[in-house]
Amino acid sequence: MRDEHGIQAQGLAREFRGGIRAVDGIELGVAPGEIFGFLGPNGAGKSTTVHMLTTLLPPSAGSARVAGFDVVHEGAQVRAAIGAALQEAALDPLLTGREHLRLQTALHGIGKAERRRRSEELLERVGLTEAADRKVKTYSGGMKRRLDLALALVHGPSILFLDEPTTGLDPQSRNALWSEVARLAREDGVTVFLTTQYLEEADVLADRVGIIDHGRIVAEGTPAALKAEIGRPSVEAIPADPVDLPGVAQTLERFGAPVPGSPKGVSVRLDGGEEALADVVRALDAEGLHLQHLQLHAPTLDDVFLAKTGRSLEGAGGELDEEPEPVPA
Amino acid sequence: MTAGPLLVQVAHLARRSVVRTLRQPLNVVPSFVFPLMLLAVNVGGLKAAANLPGFPADSYLNFALAFTFIQGALFATTNAGTDLARDIQTGFLDRLALTPMRSAALLLGQLAGVIALALLQATLYLAVGLAAGVRPESGLLGVAAILFLGVLIALGFGAIGAFLALRTGSGEAIQALFPLFFVFLFLSSMNLPRNLIEIDWFRTVATINPVSYLIEGIRSLIITGWDAQALALGFGLAATIAVVALAAASVALRGRLARS
Repeated sequence: MRDEHGIQAQGLAREFRGGIRAVDGIELGVAPGEIFGFLGPNGAGKSTTVHMLTTLLPPSAGSARVAGFDVVHEGAQVRAAIGAALQEAALDPLLTGREHLRLQTALHGIGKAERRRRSEELLERVGLTEAADRKVKTYSGGMKRRLDLALALVHGPSILFLDEPTTGLDPQSRNALWSEVARLAREDGVTVFLTTQYLEEADVLADRVGIIDHGRIVAEGTPAALKAEIGRPSVEAIPADPVDLPGVAQTLERFGAPVPGSPKGVSVRLDGGEEALADVVRALDAEGLHLQHLQLHAPTLDDVFLAKTGRSLEGAGGELDEEPEPVPA
Repeated sequence: MTAGPLLVQVAHLARRSVVRTLRQPLNVVPSFVFPLMLLAVNVGGLKAAANLPGFPADSYLNFALAFTFIQGALFATTNAGTDLARDIQTGFLDRLALTPMRSAALLLGQLAGVIALALLQATLYLAVGLAAGVRPESGLLGVAAILFLGVLIALGFGAIGAFLALRTGSGEAIQALFPLFFVFLFLSSMNLPRNLIEIDWFRTVATINPVSYLIEGIRSLIITGWDAQALALGFGLAATIAVVALAAASVALRGRLARS
């Protein structure tokens, strides 16, 4: 199950009918055993990239190797090495969880006895043993995602693609899935390529993060390094009396450049870092300005996204609300 | 990881197709009941047609029973099509495409489910006909031939449904085409022998409509016996439709999977 090659892409691009360039020449490298978070808003090109890396969609340009195999010329070898849980758990609502596993293991050519043993093991691992003989249409969203993950693992893949695996899940289900993904990488050495639009997910799970916007990678690195690149924290101040807003703005701008924040207040990036906060408080006090709210914001991945694209990731929908359905060229 | 043998893949996909079909009684029941209801209505309303000079059967029921098989096969088109379209819409087809599954296994598995259902339907139609007094002139072997031709027609129609699903990716599109297919069936020799259709354009359309020959193939086994020409046309056209539709569906599947 341990991966030795990871994922490499050079100039990978995909254009859809009508000239829509969903992925526009991305370069990326994912090391073996790494959890790589592919972060971006809806329509940024995440799912199209995953479809190309999993051989479901031929690239329009560029190349990619997954587990050491070329995604265009060695598709069968790539598919044998990877597991994938794609967006929206693709399950048959009329089949039971056990029937899904039976079908998936059979299609992978796993022998009958091993098929049963592997199915039971995976059902146990994802906590679906008791629900295994229920039709999937009775499953909750979290249960479907867990079954989806189990199906992606039936053949012991060395690389796992998870396309927005926690979208729509409650916090408990999300945490359970995060734990299992982390365990797969740490204990089994599985390389994980995880797309997400949740900053927290990328921050908590990923060893490294690639940020994609409009089909291009705008930043790549460890979450800590990316945030350090942004550097200084920002401070947000909301006056107790709205008439004081110009005075608060004038005072704060002595400590750094304004950044987007609440319309009721003022936010600036602190040139002096966290240490300047005490001076900010003293300056506001000296001006006789009373505050309703004062908060120091450490840099987040959203700040990274903002710095790289000029927009906030939270609520950014890209030019397209949804990526075009991957269809045959 | 090596691809499982084709037969194992087909068997599992066929099993899934049958299981999911049987778990949707609202989709299955009409394909058993509606053709028999239409048969009852037609026999009730058109039984006097059997008195027309030159009418080829003793009773209208003997004449009309053949059409139930065609109507049942039409349901196979929509069931196979909508099931496959749903797999495309939900992403289940992508899941299958990521396994070493062979494209042929998907089509054969899906259509094996159609064949199983068609065999059950045809057996029911035939049993109802026998219970109502129909005695096929071709005898016991003819009964087997009727079932075989009925299943072959369902296979061809099911492959058309699969082709449409793979091309459109939309269950709604398949459902929307159902009335169109139905018109196609009505513009055939389903209600009267072609030589007794008095309206010229209708007779011309019925003559060039392949459905007429599918019906007449089954009908000949019931009311005539072993009519070589009718059987050659019926079996020949059914086989041609099946082969062409399967080939078209295979090409469409390759395009739809688009995996490298």
